[in-house]
Amino acid sequence: MLNNRNRRHLLQRLPALAALAWAGGCARTASAQSSASVLAKPIPSSGEPMPVVGLGTWITFNVGNDRVAQDASAEVIQAFFAGGGRMVDSSPMYGSSQATVGHGLARAKPAALFSAEKVWTSSSRGDGRGPAQIEQSRKLWGVPKFDLLQVHNLLDWEVHLPTLLEMKAAGRLRYVGITTSEGRRHREIEAMLRSQPIDFVQLSYNPLDREAEQRLLPLAAERRIAVIANRPFRQGDLLQSLARHKLPAWAASELGCDGWAQLVLKFIVSHPAVTCAIPATSSVAHVRQNLGAARGPMPDTALRQKIATHIAAL
Amino acid sequence: MSEWWTYRPSDFLMFSARSYYRLFELYNAALWPTQPVVIALGVLLLAALAWAGGRQPAPVWPQRVGCALLAAAWLWIGIAYHAQRFASINAAASGYAAAWTLQAVVLLALALGTRGSDEPGRARMMRPDAPARWTGLGLGAYAVGLHPFLGLWVGRSIGQAEVAGLAPDPTALATLGLLLLLPRACDALQRWLRRVAWSIALAWCALSGLTLAGLGAPDTWVLPALGTVALGAAWRARG
Repeated sequence: MLNNRNRRHLLQRLPALAALAWAGGCARTASAQSSASVLAKPIPSSGEPMPVVGLGTWITFNVGNDRVAQDASAEVIQAFFAGGGRMVDSSPMYGSSQATVGHGLARAKPAALFSAEKVWTSSSRGDGRGPAQIEQSRKLWGVPKFDLLQVHNLLDWEVHLPTLLEMKAAGRLRYVGITTSEGRRHREIEAMLRSQPIDFVQLSYNPLDREAEQRLLPLAAERRIAVIANRPFRQGDLLQSLARHKLPAWAASELGCDGWAQLVLKFIVSHPAVTCAIPATSSVAHVRQNLGAARGPMPDTALRQKIATHIAAL
Repeated sequence: MSEWWTYRPSDFLMFSARSYYRLFELYNAALWPTQPVVIALGVLLLAALAWAGGRQPAPVWPQRVGCALLAAAWLWIGIAYHAQRFASINAAASGYAAAWTLQAVVLLALALGTRGSDEPGRARMMRPDAPARWTGLGLGAYAVGLHPFLGLWVGRSIGQAEVAGLAPDPTALATLGLLLLLPRACDALQRWLRRVAWSIALAWCALSGLTLAGLGAPDTWVLPALGTVALGAAWRARG
């Protein structure tokens, strides 16, 4: 969460923001804590720059009361912000992940944080479950308010979306979004992209799961809705299977990739409609490697096709 | 959710293998040195059950003591493991805690209600057949003596050992073993209680198998396989 003072401070330290460097309005930004620049894209509804690699928390941050694992997660969060990251995404569905995020944020105290949370509870109009859950999540994160709240997997969205839009109108929230994963409920998502005044949509997208390219990504671009790509590595399965193969030489020479993770992430975030990807990890080395995908050259359309074809053939 | 068929077991897992086994590591550290005491208790119980099985008429006190001990174990695991620890990474664990508490009550009822017979002919009729006895003792021996070291074979540390009486999986197996060793039930309530006990223990074997499959654990097959062996032995003994 950025208050106005922090945001001004951050913006003052984003020297390359003015240098829109890539594909329709991308910028290179630097976090307040690092000189390393990462590629950022503007959130369509506001123009606010968002580094193209965020941090997911599904499974990796669900460590319960294990203090050692909580501290290790805090180090991941510190490395993420030190490397120029901004968006951290979690959900009440992710077990103890929210508390782990809160533990990490209390240590890192990142000025650049963009907090992305979700509401995920069965609810009927007026029962107050959604607001109660959001307040509980806020306490666990230890932030004054969230930047983005999303209706998780569209659960009772008819109840939750009006709540979130009200919060935004009242200045208690900056952005509103919806989520899905693994290709589920795309028709409903499409209808909502057409009809609802949302800022973000979160969906699964990677070189093997490309259904969103058909309708959702073009529609999001048309409607000026930011796209967060979840499950970039298919919960690790994709990287595990790719690890058996050698990274093609062109991935290093043309894109500067030092591993499969960077190639996959570059494929995802180079889609013009995708704002950022949110790989989850419990490793400091991996979070640094993931952020590395937000640096260096990005693939053009032809190279993106080459990446997808190559990975699909393995 | 209208697309249930699109989900895999792993989609319902919200924790990693690392967090799961780390839970056992912390649990074991908190309980040490209870583990050797519980294992020794298990060995004594197995010895008593083996001794009783060779006598005619066979005494049933080892089975009753076994049921009582396992009732305590199921209750302990329901509270100390599922509710207090597993629930911190798995939302479903509070439900597991309830099922484990119910099983504790059922096993306690079996401990109180299990009867033998002083009449030699009737005692012979009530005695479980030899394959069921050997399967029961084998399952118990595996649960107490081998399962804690299973993790070592697949690359886990001894600190993450799952001990019968303290951890769910070997306790469920030991329970199936003991159920095979009980004298044949002669009243409807006993038969009903045993069906409940079998159902809960077998359900845990299936659930544990699904959990480990979702985590990609190499020993995924152990509980479902041994649960099937127990069920087969019980099925055979019915005839």
